[in-house]
Parts: sequence; C-alpha cells; structure tokens
Amino acid sequence: MTDFEDTGSRRIISLLMENAAGALSRVVGLFSQRGYNIETLTVAPTDDVSLSRLTLTTVCDDHTTEQITKQLNKLVDVVKLVDLTEGSHIERELMLIKVRAVGASREEIKRTADIFRGQIVDVNSSLYTIQLIGTQEKLDAFIEAMKDANILEVVRSGVSGIARGEKLLTL
Amino acid sequence: MLKDKNTATGTIDAGNTLTEMNGDVEMLSGGDMIARVLEEEGVEFLFGYPGGAVLHIYDALHRNKSVPHILVRHEQAATHAADGYARATGKTGVVLVTSGPGATNAITGIATAYMDSIPMVVISGQVQSHLIGEDAFQETDMIGISRPIVKHSFLVKRTEDIPRILKTAFYLAASGRPGPVVVDIPKDITAPTIKRPYHYPKEVNLRSYTPAEKGHAGQIKKAVEMLLRAKKPIIYAGGGVIQGNASEALTALTHHLNFPITNTLMGLGAIPGSDEQFLGMLGMHGTYEANNAMHESDVILAVGVRFDDRVTNTVSKFCPNAKIIHIDVDPASISKTVMAHLPIVGPALQVLEEMLSQVKDAQSQPGISNQPDAKALEQWWSQINDWRAAHGIYTKNRFDDTTDKIKPQEVVQLLHELTEGQAFVTSDVGQHQMFAAQYYLFEKPRLWINSGGLGTMGFGLPAAMGVKLGNPDAIVACITGEGSIQMCIQELSTCTQYDVPFLIVNLNNGYLGMVKQWQDMQYESRYSESVYQDSLPDFVKLAEAYGHVGIKVTDKASLREQMQKAIETSKTKVVFMDVYVDPHEHVYPMQVAPNGAMNDMLLSKTERT
Repeated sequence: MTDFEDTGSRRIISLLMENAAGALSRVVGLFSQRGYNIETLTVAPTDDVSLSRLTLTTVCDDHTTEQITKQLNKLVDVVKLVDLTEGSHIERELMLIKVRAVGASREEIKRTADIFRGQIVDVNSSLYTIQLIGTQEKLDAFIEAMKDANILEVVRSGVSGIARGEKLLTL
Repeated sequence: MLKDKNTATGTIDAGNTLTEMNGDVEMLSGGDMIARVLEEEGVEFLFGYPGGAVLHIYDALHRNKSVPHILVRHEQAATHAADGYARATGKTGVVLVTSGPGATNAITGIATAYMDSIPMVVISGQVQSHLIGEDAFQETDMIGISRPIVKHSFLVKRTEDIPRILKTAFYLAASGRPGPVVVDIPKDITAPTIKRPYHYPKEVNLRSYTPAEKGHAGQIKKAVEMLLRAKKPIIYAGGGVIQGNASEALTALTHHLNFPITNTLMGLGAIPGSDEQFLGMLGMHGTYEANNAMHESDVILAVGVRFDDRVTNTVSKFCPNAKIIHIDVDPASISKTVMAHLPIVGPALQVLEEMLSQVKDAQSQPGISNQPDAKALEQWWSQINDWRAAHGIYTKNRFDDTTDKIKPQEVVQLLHELTEGQAFVTSDVGQHQMFAAQYYLFEKPRLWINSGGLGTMGFGLPAAMGVKLGNPDAIVACITGEGSIQMCIQELSTCTQYDVPFLIVNLNNGYLGMVKQWQDMQYESRYSESVYQDSLPDFVKLAEAYGHVGIKVTDKASLREQMQKAIETSKTKVVFMDVYVDPHEHVYPMQVAPNGAMNDMLLSKTERT
C-alpha cells in the first residue's frame, strides 16, 4: 500500500507565476532541491505583463508528478498550474539547426527540410540554417533524418503547450 | 542614487520618529518605516545584532523605543531565540541581522524554523543597491542562500514598498503552514534622507496564495465512517496540532472515540502526557506500545504529521494493514512519503471540530454502523495494555535504576515530577533530547521546544531565552548535553544583560552521546571523535563567570535536593546544573534500521522484539 506505481512518462507542466524577481529561481531551485529532473524549460511574460508563463517538461511517475505539482503550487509566486499531459493539448517547440550544405548533399538537405515543413532562414555558399517547428518528437525525427549531414549547431526553444478546446490557463 | 522628490510641507514630533507630513500623508525613512511596522505588528521582542548594513534601522529603533531589542552574541542565537519565543507563545518570532556574515550566521536558525514550520520574519540588511553583485564588503546573496529554507523571501527595491512587503511577510509567516520569511533590505533603502509616504495596509490579498481554511465536509464524512468501522484504530498527531492550536479539539475527539493516541516528537503535549489513552511518542525512539499499535492498526488518523523517516522506519513495511486518513493544512505533505487513502486538506482545528461534530451526528442516528465497535475496541485496548505491561517505559523503569550512577532518564523523571509536567522544556539534539521526549510527559501544548526536523545542536539555550522572555512567570528548563550546550554557550552573556533566568540541566556524560551510541551499536565501540576526554570546561565556574549560579551534581543521593534548589533558584537566576550521568547509557527503545518495520525494535542492550 505504500509502494507508489512506477510508470515514468513525459509530462508537460505549464504554470502562471508572478513576473517578479526571484520567481524563476524558486521554480528551478525546487527541482534541484527535491531531486526532480527538468528536460526542457521555457518562460516569457504573457499578455498580462504582471504574469509570466513557464512551461517545463519532465519525465517522472505519477507519484512524483503529484509531488511536483503540489510543491510548485506551494510556491508563493506560482498563481496557477496545469499538467497539460492530463488532457488533450497542443505542444510546439522551435528549433534552429545549422548544417554544412555543400556539393551533392545541398539539394538533399533542402529536400529533407521541405518534407518536415522546415524553412531555410539563412543561407550561404556552404551552409543552411533551417527553422523547424513541431512537437519534440518531430524535431528529434528531423535530427535523426539529418544524421548523415554535417550538423554544426542545434538550438531548441524548449516545449510550449496549450490545452485544446475551452480549457484555459488564465486568471 | 535615489533623490527625494517629495516636497515636505511640515515636520511634526511623533514620538521619536523623524516624521514629516506631505499634506495628510506621513513621510518616513525606510528605517523609521521598519520600526513603525514592528510597533504596529505588536512585536514584543526583536532578536538581533547590528552591523553596517542595518545601522539606519538600528538608529530608527533607538529613536522609536517601542520595540524591545535583545542583543544576542551570535546571529544563530537570534533566530533560535525568536524561534523558541514563537513556539512557546504562538506568535511570530522576529529577527534583525546585518548583511554578509550576519545573514549567513542566521541560516542555521532559519533552516531550523523551516523544518519545524515555525512562524518567523527575518529582516536582513543588504549592501547598497548599486553595489549588489559587485562582491562588495559584507555582501552575500541572502535571497539565494536562504531560498530552499524559507517559505518566501523578498528583496526590497524601493523604500515605499517596505510597509506592504513587511505586512505580507508577517502574513505569510503565520498563515497556512507557517514558516520563516526573509526580507532583505539594501542599506540605501533605509537611509534617513530618503522619505516616502508611509501607509501600513490592514490586510493582505495575494492572488497566488490562498491557504486552506476548511476541510472538505464530504471527505470528513468519509473519515468518520472509517473511524466508526475501525477495530484497531490509532490517532497519530504531530506538530501541526500544536502549531494549529488544535490540542483541545484533538483531546476531545480522542476521548469521545476512546481511541489510543501517539504523538510525534513535534507533537508532544498535543494531548496531556498523563492521559490514559496516550501511548507515548512513536518512531525511532518511540515506545513499544506506540510502535506496535501503529504497526497492527487498521485505521490511522494522522493529524498534522508528515510521515517523517524517523517515524515510519522502512516505508515499504510501514503499517501493512492500515487505511490512512491524513489531515494537513499543506497538501504537499499528504501522500509525500506514505500514500493516504483519505486526504483532508485543512487546518487541524477546524477539521477535528467538524469531525467530532459529525461523529456525534452519526451516533445519534439509529444503526449499529453508526457506533464505534465497543467490543473490538475493548480487545484492542487489552492488547495495548499487554504491550505496556511487557515493555512499556511508563509501567516500569526499563533502565537499571539500582546502580549508584545517575541515569539520565532519572534526571528527566525527577524534573518532571518536581515541575508536575507543567514546565517549558527546551532541548538540544542527541540522547538528552530523546530522554526528555520520552520521560518528560508534557501536560500542555507548546511546553516542549526542540529542533525536531533539522536536529540543530545549539538550539536549546537561545530557545530557552526566547521562551522565558515570552513567558516571564513560567518555569523554563533547558535539557542539554555537554556537546550541544557548547554550540551556543556564548548566550549565557545575553541572559546576564537582559536578566533572563531559567534552569539548564546539562546531562554531562563526557561523550557525544548519540554518536557514541551508534558507534557502540554499529562500529564496535570505536569512538571516532565523540570523546571530550579532559577538555570540558568547569561548567560551574563558567556559569559563575557570567554571573549565574553553577551547581555540580555527582552524587545520586543528593540529586533530588539539588534539583529542588536549582528549580527554586532558577526563578530569579540562570542556574547551570551540571549533572554527571552514566556515560554508557543508551536510548531505548530503538527501531532497527535499515529494513525494519515500525515494530522492529531494540528494547535494551540485550533485548530485541
């Protein structure tokens, strides 16, 4: 009865917090302090400038998820919180990837980017910078598809998410 | 640098505050604002230590005169004294320290308060705003360093924010699950030249913070059904009952249901120690009957507890047959280490009162399921009384009381007898703390003042100062050991300055007793760095050097007489009673770890369950 089910899965936790000094460090500090793991983290002010929206992804079991959400809610700066993975939702991440594009591979790289609906946003005679937006899985798949190319640099924004339909995370 | 843009239109003499009026608005400097806020909050004692970054505030306090300040000898003691005051009175403890080392010295005391959910406001000075981040003299990132051990913290950036932020700090510290709040204030914010409108808000509304005010009635109803069906119930109550002022409600419910009850280390006094239904403390050094009753129970009513590792022993073996009802004001405490079958989020007082009222309602309805199972309870009590008779520490002394050596347990028993379980007792950490918890049966809540969560040596003496200041007519005793007492012994000087009398009972065994006990049990008595040899000071002379009374006790036959005298004298003087106890005594019972269940215990050096 005291054993918690161990079903580790990926969670997207999205929260509104006071756009105040120290708020972000309290959220991040909580994760290291209590031994939780953060896979991605993204934060920016919302249309209400007094609020920031923070989205993080983590892989954990049900019990840890419950503890994370409770501990986050307990932080005085956190106003509201939702585990988006509990319902249907949309998630998006942006990636910029710079690859060497010379000779025969140049055309192949462009074709692969097109298949993934990526856009080439910077170009010179020897490289492409491709912008790709999608789920974490899609971005992973693109990197996998590009594994024969010479990837020079990858930057990802971390996952943002929003619930589908009428469900809102607002005040 | 900030410039004062407000034009003063007049100056009035309001006490010793340097007040200017701008129309109807009072204009105050940051330092004066702080003094005024402490006055308006009714702060009885401010525990602190001055330094560069807080000199403006200290000057304001000197002029204001309405907030008595206790100058400690080390900032750690300021936080412990404020903590002891808070635990004993239920009011918020208030601390003022300077930046850098002042702030870092306060950290241990803040962590102590955090772990035990004690309301405290700590105002720390900070270097001037424009110097922050430049590694200035006595600069430290107090907000960063204290972050994991505070309920919340604030860095004040504008003088005019001081009243609102302090009001919020006091509100946060004392509401919901209480805890320490740090307010870090750069020196320029408190400068006498910068005056801003002073307005102290009457209340605080935070959209992001709404502590539970009421338990869910439906959940309470389900709990009542579980309680009335229970055949082997037990109530497991902790510090949340003390902090939540719910002891009377808990006692009433316990008596009405005729259930056995055990308290955590933090919960001692939640029910009178002399109560027939009280089984003593549970956990690592809990009683045989309490740990067995927990292990065998079918329903546990857990109130204001957090299933700490010192209570549960091996979590996977914890109380295999029990359904758990868990009441706590902090939802994050529920199902943190042990899954609760029925969670109730709410203040202990309201939930317990509602629970008793629902139990009575249910009993007024016809039907056998609306009554407690009297027959099952009778059998359960009979089982518990058998446990008590077999190995209970309150039915018979389980230590050897026939030798000439003074046993530490006997000293605590004697103090309990002579003070009738009504004294405030602070402690440090180690064997003496466990002996105090086991053998001083507290008749009321808030009498037992110890660092349960963090286990801070050095807590007892400064805490006793805070307790005595808050309860000047009470008997206050600090049960300590020769190891712990030396960690904050400099506070004997503070006691002299402010004439704060109490009794110190030093259970002197010449070893770090609890370390030695573990070394005896697990390291074949290799006493690695746990022996003082001949390095201990003459505590009697030391006490006398500070102007106090020292009493050395080595003879068991004179213990009672000397203790009586010491208690009497401690009403007007600090009495340092240095009691030479048997150095080889161990604390029992002791749960077997690792991999033991609640009821796996060592009962003496030779007996095991």
